[in-house]
Amino acid sequence: MKLGTYIVKRLFLMIIVMFGVATIVFFITHVIPADPVGAILGGNAPIELVDQMRHQLGLDKSIPLQFINYMEGIVHGDFGVSLKTNRSVLKDIIDFFPATIELAIVSMIFATIVGVVLGILSAVYRNKVIDHFSRVFSILGVSMPVFWLGLLLLLLFYYRLGWLPGGGRNSLFIFPPHITGLVLLDSVIAGDWTSFWDGLRHIILPAFVLGYASAASIARIMRASMLDVLRQDFIRTAKSKGLSKRVVIYRHAVKNALIPVVTIIGLSFGSLLSGAVLTETIFSWPGLGRYIVNALLVLDYPAVTGGTLFIAFIYSLANLIVDISYAVLDPRMRV
Amino acid sequence: MRGNLLDITKLKVVFYTYRGVIKALNGVELWMNRGERLGIVGETGCGKSVTALSIMGLVEQPGEIVEGKIAFEDKILTSMNGDALNKIRGNDLAMIFQEPVAALNPVMRIGFQIAESISRNKKKNEIKQVYPEVRRMLELVGLDWKRTIDLYPHELSGGMAQRAMIAMALSSKPKLLIADEPTSALDVTIQAQILELLDELVKKFGNAVILITHDMGVAAEFCDKIAVMYAGNMVEYANTTDIFENPIHPYTRGLLRAVPKIGRTDELESIPGVVPDLVDPPPGCRFHPRCKYAMDACKEKFPSLLEVGPEHYVACHLYLKEEMKNAN
Repeated sequence: MKLGTYIVKRLFLMIIVMFGVATIVFFITHVIPADPVGAILGGNAPIELVDQMRHQLGLDKSIPLQFINYMEGIVHGDFGVSLKTNRSVLKDIIDFFPATIELAIVSMIFATIVGVVLGILSAVYRNKVIDHFSRVFSILGVSMPVFWLGLLLLLLFYYRLGWLPGGGRNSLFIFPPHITGLVLLDSVIAGDWTSFWDGLRHIILPAFVLGYASAASIARIMRASMLDVLRQDFIRTAKSKGLSKRVVIYRHAVKNALIPVVTIIGLSFGSLLSGAVLTETIFSWPGLGRYIVNALLVLDYPAVTGGTLFIAFIYSLANLIVDISYAVLDPRMRV
Repeated sequence: MRGNLLDITKLKVVFYTYRGVIKALNGVELWMNRGERLGIVGETGCGKSVTALSIMGLVEQPGEIVEGKIAFEDKILTSMNGDALNKIRGNDLAMIFQEPVAALNPVMRIGFQIAESISRNKKKNEIKQVYPEVRRMLELVGLDWKRTIDLYPHELSGGMAQRAMIAMALSSKPKLLIADEPTSALDVTIQAQILELLDELVKKFGNAVILITHDMGVAAEFCDKIAVMYAGNMVEYANTTDIFENPIHPYTRGLLRAVPKIGRTDELESIPGVVPDLVDPPPGCRFHPRCKYAMDACKEKFPSLLEVGPEHYVACHLYLKEEMKNAN
């Protein structure tokens, strides 16, 4: 199969997946026994006002009808209007998403570099100090709850040491240029290094907290994968050719060992997006995760459904990229 | 030195496992001259491959060379460090393996892997400069370079992959090529082709070869000399004709009686018993539990290697006893 055909086929499958996600999220939010109108107007609102609001939001229609209306909207790119902000959900998502994607990308880069490097070192220097360190690092990473780690680091680096800021994307009187919505990238484009430095200081803690678990699982898989590859016949061949240890490891082993790790990196990206919900709340990061949490608290259905759908979309996109990168890494997949 | 190319003395290799220490090589003696073809034969697990890997310096954790010396020309391989060994490996020493497809890196093109063997630790862009030589080597092993140079290993058949491995091994013009069961994983018809190719190329390059095999027929056809190994020891060593016409060690005789031949009508004999567990090998001569001539001495002491004829060596107490009888 040509790569082009494959991508088209995958994109088509993605539409089906998105439809499924939309259906599930819609019904989950609509069957929970809670009343968004009550949440907006308060418990003591007069009944006429409640009815009027209900009608205005389309909540007086039957659920199947609401579902059809909702789906119709999605097809037209309309995710409804947020009950809380009264703005189009799509606009909200576009506003809040750059903060999340920036955090996710920085975390991903951190997690991949740290995970892959630790994994390689761990396998090459098996049972040496670096291996023990990496294994402890990994165990902590996969077992420590994100919110606990986040609070702990805030306590240390912000409250005690004062080395890093406590939350948000930038300091009060720093106004980063707005081009793509990604603070670091925009600052570089505009050449505004004060703003870049400020943005970097703000993103370090949340990116570390968010990426730590992924770095840990990437390190574990990379280690196992390297150990497996180093036992293979072709590594023995490479050594028999008189190649140095360096060349054997970096040219012959690492590329093979990366193949299973790519899956983990893709899956991690998904957990980064869901982890963002917690991390963003802890670090008052103005992203999509916090937007969804705030929407949930006031039963803002359209915002929750829209946000979730969008994250699911990014997730399947990440998986598609993973599958394509297989073909790049492993010629056996290019069938 | 007993041979002017290679001389292995008292080589002991062990592997540390959870089951215990596997005494894989128990003082192997082996030597050969430049340009010779030596066959190492024996059952699975007798230490043929470990001997080969020891020469290449590829015995790694959990394995270890605990005793003995491997001399290659004027160099002592067993006392060299990794960097020094890397100058000899893939240069004067080359090796091909049993599973050719698995022995090639799945994510690298054939041409690059051969080129790497010529230019070794150079940068990737420098490696590209030796491609003319790669083409010549591919043609030499009977592969169409235009078709194969950019292929990945999984796109080759076993026979083609072994040809590519041979091209890779010979491209550095080694003085010694070790072929570890190069045809065992291939179809019978392909086996013959590969052996013929090896034969032709070895004549052309004039290098020495160690051919490891469990197939007496293959060894007889290809080799000048044959070393028979059993359970971590070299038990008999002689010219190919001597081994086949005048085998002395009971194990060698047993092996030859187990070889089928066209026109042979008597029943094939097998050697009773099984190869010993090398975690807890029998004392003395490791063959004695299976040997019908076993004496008390066999259970106590490993027999030393005796020259019993011109270029014919055997490690067996029985021979020593018969010699003494004749002398009396």
